[in-house]
Amino acid sequence: MICHSLTILTLLAAALVTSCSHKTALVPTPKPTAFGTAIVESSGGKQTAQAGTALPQPLVVQVNDEHGNTLPGALVEFSAAPGVTFDPANGLTDSSGQVTTNVTLGGMAGRYQLIASTTDKARKKVDLRIEEIALGYQQTLGRQLNDQYCERCHNPESTVERVSNFDNLEIKPHPFTEGDTLNKISDADLSAIISHGGPALNKSALMPAWGNNLSKSDIQALISYIRAISDPPSRNTGPLYANN
Amino acid sequence: MKEILKSLWQKLFGDSVRAFGVVSLVFLASLAIAPAKNYFSEWRYYQHGYLKMIRNRSDAVTLQRHFQGGIQQIWLPDLAVVDRCTSCHVGLKETSLSDVPTQPFRPHPVIAHKLDQFGCTVCHRGQGAATTVAEAHNSTLAWEQPILPAKYIESSCGECHRGPVPGTPQLNQGRQLLARYGCVHCHTVKLQDGKIMKATDDPPSLEHIADKTTREWIYAWLKDPQAYAATATMPNFKLSDNDARDVSAFLIANSTPQPGDTATLSAKASSDPAAGATLYGESFCASCHAVQNAAGNLVGGDVGPELTRVGSKVKPEWLQSWLRNPRAYDAETAMPHYRFNDPQVAALSGFLLAKAASDLLADVHLDAATPEQIAHGKRLVSDYGCASCHEMAGIKKPENFAPELTRIGNKPVTQLVFLPGMQHTLPDYIATKIKQPRAFGQGLKMPQYTFTPAQIDSLATALLALNDRAATLPPFLTVAATPESDYQPAGKAGKLMTDLACFSCHRINGHGGDMAPDLTWEGSSVQRQWLVEFLKNPNTLRPSLIRRMPRFNLTDGEVNELTDYIMTVYQNPAVDRDSMPLSGYPQGQVELGKQLFYGKYACQGCHIVDTKTDKGYIGPTLTQVGSRLTAAWIFEWMKKPQALRPGTAEPNRAMSDEDARALTAFLISQKGAGKSEVAKK
Repeated sequence: MICHSLTILTLLAAALVTSCSHKTALVPTPKPTAFGTAIVESSGGKQTAQAGTALPQPLVVQVNDEHGNTLPGALVEFSAAPGVTFDPANGLTDSSGQVTTNVTLGGMAGRYQLIASTTDKARKKVDLRIEEIALGYQQTLGRQLNDQYCERCHNPESTVERVSNFDNLEIKPHPFTEGDTLNKISDADLSAIISHGGPALNKSALMPAWGNNLSKSDIQALISYIRAISDPPSRNTGPLYANN
Repeated sequence: MKEILKSLWQKLFGDSVRAFGVVSLVFLASLAIAPAKNYFSEWRYYQHGYLKMIRNRSDAVTLQRHFQGGIQQIWLPDLAVVDRCTSCHVGLKETSLSDVPTQPFRPHPVIAHKLDQFGCTVCHRGQGAATTVAEAHNSTLAWEQPILPAKYIESSCGECHRGPVPGTPQLNQGRQLLARYGCVHCHTVKLQDGKIMKATDDPPSLEHIADKTTREWIYAWLKDPQAYAATATMPNFKLSDNDARDVSAFLIANSTPQPGDTATLSAKASSDPAAGATLYGESFCASCHAVQNAAGNLVGGDVGPELTRVGSKVKPEWLQSWLRNPRAYDAETAMPHYRFNDPQVAALSGFLLAKAASDLLADVHLDAATPEQIAHGKRLVSDYGCASCHEMAGIKKPENFAPELTRIGNKPVTQLVFLPGMQHTLPDYIATKIKQPRAFGQGLKMPQYTFTPAQIDSLATALLALNDRAATLPPFLTVAATPESDYQPAGKAGKLMTDLACFSCHRINGHGGDMAPDLTWEGSSVQRQWLVEFLKNPNTLRPSLIRRMPRFNLTDGEVNELTDYIMTVYQNPAVDRDSMPLSGYPQGQVELGKQLFYGKYACQGCHIVDTKTDKGYIGPTLTQVGSRLTAAWIFEWMKKPQALRPGTAEPNRAMSDEDARALTAFLISQKGAGKSEVAKK
């Protein structure tokens, strides 16, 4: 009997161990062939995506050696708050010293801090912190309205598909990322400017009144989008999701 | 062992009084099980945690007043919802808790629906009636649907909302991709209104393929469509060299010459690249076709195929006859019949034929096809269901070639085969299947697409929306999609509009593309003389747009035919174009209009009236608006632009009649240089 129960116990324990180790089994981390001194962002930071979805552009980071030259063969590991996934989660830098990963943000709207880290010669971790923005439903709606009505004047950058009207305006509108200014304007004031136009708050008439085009909830959605992308972050942005 | 048990039995039940005591104790203890289970239940633990958390907050009193203990339940008989999620997710309605970083106490983000009207599981899936975390969130023996991962949450919107919704870009994109990448050619998707989801791509007929291209190109294309054009919709069937050889042999052998085809070169392809490039630009070919530039970026639209390496593909004879009249080869094509003359065809074909990639066909050497190879090719064509997308002589379109996807969003996990190391959930299965379809076993036919991770997520979202609830939802709970109208203009003008492919770009009465302005009310909007001139030689109205109306070399007769039809048929009942004159407004009113234009309404932010001072670059240029639009249209437009053209970005200023009349007077006086005489006629 004892013998039996012992076997059962061992079997149980074994099953427990295998099931646990199965869960924690990770893609094997490659062995670095070089160790850099600095890690910098090449592209892919400060992107905006819907919560829970993949960022439109991959994140590319670069490892440099002590002379500031790009370094192939260094190990870069990505980490972030639970819910964020990286594909791949680690990798060695390629011939141009870069690692590329596709990032999927967590399911909750807010800012996400990603950490890309490499080890230097002294086996110390060198970290690079990158922020990305996840939009909730309301902010996604706001972004859609922004693309339709606001962006062509408020975004100074032109794209192939959309020529910016920013430079043509005598009085420049505030880009929505301009947190220094916009964070000081209350929701009520922003709402008044959007629905009644610039003159409502003694600002330029070049900002037309949108109150007959946009509903109250549309305007709220727009404001929540503006708050979400402002830099520096607004108080209403929501939490920053970081590792630990 | 036996001895030990025996002595234990003796000790407990040897004496009847002692036995009574033991049994009573056991009975008492068993009575305590239920209350204890209740006391140590998970929801109670979370509610205690919640109360502890809010105790130290500044808004503690309000939060405590809102708090209700015990098991909470949302019951919605219409939706078959019994959701107890709010027993643990206590703070869902407390917007002030938005700084709480983790569940279960975060407030629900703002959405268009109320919690009490829709419950939780309608969107999030999971087992609503459960009161433990494991049972509510995960698959159990009694409940298959686990919580839906956040990245697919928009699929739930798609169960009721059958058309695009502004707040669900992922779902909208997924549905577009299903139609655009031809998924529904092979997989049937029955929509809830009984219709079948239609593909929006237009795979070419292969009946006359030998007229168009060579066997070598077909071979290279079959091996890797994306090597020819990065944007190709055709997926990679991963054919072996021999299979590609045989399929190409069959396609060429099966092709018949196009009747009346101009197989001889009627014009020598011009070698003057500058003339061809100019014509390519002037004809706005790039509105629909993309070409890779030196930096490797695609420049141009995605309505027609990419032309980066078109010179390696098409035969010169075919290209010339296509440019002369595309509808002779493909009656349904989205390409307009440009009416190019011979020198133009020569210049353009020379320009396009020079767009060849030397390496594309360099390694393709095919011997003459044998009858066995052709027969094998025919078998392969049926095996891979090529006729699901492409018309081919002698091969029928297969019915139900691939599994129907009408209820894929509810497919039981037990019916799925997973790859090793994969999570055993339906969304993961769908996403992985799209990502690497051939990894799931030998002999599978689904081809390899080149979707980005975001596109795969969108597709999975759209597919998860095709589930039992979506299929059985009572009609009063669904939000129908706007049906695509099949409007066709009548008569000679209608034929002309089809020939010019107006509907590839313009929308009229709910039918057509969205690249160019909606023309449903064009007859009320513009002046006849302007339209005549514009059709003859389109000029730029909107400087910021890169896609513009091309010039079609129309004859005077054709221009008149089109103009008459547009002016007569496309009239808005609310706008009487003769109700306001095109000139003769008092100077004071014009002056007032000018003041309103530059002052109160600051129209110069988006429009240009005076090219010296105005810079607005969003709306149409208005320097000649008085020769273009009717006064009645301008007046009506000032008052309610969205009523005339839904979705226009023009702000609705709810203008008074007086202001609108003054602005109309000012704008109608902008006749442009040398145009005032024309307008008075």
